[in-house]
Amino acid sequence: MTRRPGGGVRTASAVPYLLLAPAMALFTLFMALPVAYTAYLSLRRTKVSGLGLGKGSRREVFAGLDNYAATLTDGELWAGWLRVLGYGLLVLVVMLGLALLFALLLDSAHVRLARFSRISLFLPYAVPGVAATLLWGFLYLPSLSPIRQVLDIDLLGAGTVVLSMANIAVWGGVGFNTLVLYTALRAVPRTYYEAARIDGASEIQTALRIKVPILLPAIILTTVFSIIATIQVFTEPTTLRPLTNTISSTWSPLMKVYRDAFVTGDLYSAAATSIVIAAISLVLSFGFLRVVRDRAFGEGR
Amino acid sequence: MTTAPLTGARRRRPAGIAPTAILLLGALYCLLPVSWVLVAAGKSKAELFSTSTFAPGTGLLSNLADLAAYRDGVFWLWMLNTLLYAGGGALLSTAVSAVSGYTLAKYRFPGRNLIFNLLLGGVLVPAVVLAIPQYLLFSRIGLADTYWSVLLPQILSPYGIYLARVYATAAVPDALLEAGRIDGAGHRSLLLRIALPLMLPGMVTIFLFQFVAIWNNFLLPFIMLGDDQRFPLTVGLYTLLAAGANQPSLYNLILTGTLLSIIPLIALFLTMQRYWRTDLAGGAVKG
Repeated sequence: MTRRPGGGVRTASAVPYLLLAPAMALFTLFMALPVAYTAYLSLRRTKVSGLGLGKGSRREVFAGLDNYAATLTDGELWAGWLRVLGYGLLVLVVMLGLALLFALLLDSAHVRLARFSRISLFLPYAVPGVAATLLWGFLYLPSLSPIRQVLDIDLLGAGTVVLSMANIAVWGGVGFNTLVLYTALRAVPRTYYEAARIDGASEIQTALRIKVPILLPAIILTTVFSIIATIQVFTEPTTLRPLTNTISSTWSPLMKVYRDAFVTGDLYSAAATSIVIAAISLVLSFGFLRVVRDRAFGEGR
Repeated sequence: MTTAPLTGARRRRPAGIAPTAILLLGALYCLLPVSWVLVAAGKSKAELFSTSTFAPGTGLLSNLADLAAYRDGVFWLWMLNTLLYAGGGALLSTAVSAVSGYTLAKYRFPGRNLIFNLLLGGVLVPAVVLAIPQYLLFSRIGLADTYWSVLLPQILSPYGIYLARVYATAAVPDALLEAGRIDGAGHRSLLLRIALPLMLPGMVTIFLFQFVAIWNNFLLPFIMLGDDQRFPLTVGLYTLLAAGANQPSLYNLILTGTLLSIIPLIALFLTMQRYWRTDLAGGAVKG
C-alpha cells in the first residue's frame, strides 16, 4: 500500500525524493544559490581605506539598504523604467490585440489559406532575438531600407526608435501568442457556437460574447508571460545599439544592470537593481501562478 | 459550408474576404524580414546597395566563401557550439523534466506541492538575477568561460517540468501503473517501461521548446563567455555586427550569417509541426 504510485496514498518511501533529486539539485545550484547570492551582494558594498592601494585596503562591508536607496533614487534607472513602460505597453497592446484578432479569424469557419497563414505567423518564433533584431535593424537602415523608399522617416531616430524596437518584439511574439489562443479556442466544444447561432447571434457577436470570455484565462496567461518578457528587455536594444546612436547603454533597466556589473564593476548596485526588477516581475506575475494552479492542477483530477 | 442556413449565409456575406485578407496581411508581415534576408544574402557587395530591395543577386557563393574565411572559419565553430549547447542541453533538460513531471503527477508524498511550486516559481525569476551571480559563482570555481558554464544552468526548465506534469497526468493512466505494480514491476521499470514511452510525444515537445530556448538565448552566453571559440551563434552574430556596423563592406557577411543561423530552426520547426501544436493543446488547455 505504501509504495503505490498515484491514488492519493501518502507514501513514506524515499523513491519520489530520489526521482526529484536531479531537479532539486539543479534548482539549488543554479536558482536558489544565485538568488541568495544576489540578495547577499545587494546588502554589501566595498569600503576603501587609506589610498585604496595595496592588499587589504579594499574590504567588503555590510551596507544595509544603501544600495536599494541608491537604486530607487537613480534618475538614469527611472528614465529606463519609463522607456520600458512605454515600450512594454505598446508591445502588449499591439501584440496581444493582433494575436487575439488572428486567433479569432483562424477559428472562424470560412477563412481561406488558414494553414498557410498559421504557419507564416508562427515562423518568427524560430528566429532568435538577435537575428530578428539584425534583420529589422538592416531593414531600418537608410541605405538598405525598402520602408525608407516609401516613407521619409528616420526609423532609428530619437523619437522613433522605441516604435522600431516595439515592432521587433511584436513581430517575434505575435505568432506564438496567436497559436496559444487559437489552440485554446479549438478545445471549446463546437456546440457552444451552434447554440449561439441558433439563437440568432452573428459571427462577430459570437466572437465577442462567447469566444473572448472563454479565452480569458489564456489571455491572462499570455499577458503575464509577455509582461515578464518586456520588463527584461535586453537582447533587442543591445543588438540594435551598434546601428544607431539613439540607444544609450542604460536604455532598459536590465542594460543598466549589465553595465553596472561588467563595465563599471559595481556588483553591489547591479545586485540591488536585479532584486528590484525581480520584485516587480514577481508582483506582476503573482496572478499568473494562481491562474495556472487553479486551471490545471485543482486537486480534483 | 454550403448547407448553412440561409440567414447564416446572408449574415456572413458582409465579412466576405476581409478575414482572409487580414490574415494574409499578418502572414506577409511575418514573412517579410525572412524573405528579405533570403534575397539579400544572395547579393554581392555592390548589388546590396544598388539593386532594388527584392531583386535577386549573384553573390551567394562568394558571400558564403567570405563567411567561411572570416577569422579562420570561426562561424562554423559557432554553429557547432550552438548545436552542442542546444542539443545537449535540451536532451538533458527533457530527461530531468520528464522524470520530475512524472513523479509530481503520479506520487503522493509530503512536500509535493511545495517542491512543484518552488520549481515552477523559477519561471518568474528574471534571467539577469540569475546570470550575473551564476557567472560569479562559476568564476569562483574556475568554470566561467567554459562549455559547462552555458550548458549546466539551462538544464532546469520550469516550463518543461510543468508540461511534463500535465502530460503525465493526461497520458499515463493510474490503472496501468497499478497493473504493472501487481505484476511485480519496481519503481524503475514503472518509470522506464510504462510511463516514459507513453509520455514520448510530450517529451518531444519539451525537447523542441528547450532546444529553441537555448538556441535563441543571448544573455547567458553573452555574460559567461569571453573566448569567441566557445560562442554560440547569437553572441557570434552580435560581435560580427558590433565589429561591422560601421563598415558597410561587412554587411554581406552579417546578412549571410544571419540567414545561416535561422535556417536550422526554421527547418526543425517546419518538419516538427505536429509536435508544436499538440504541446500547446496540452499545455494551455488541459485541466
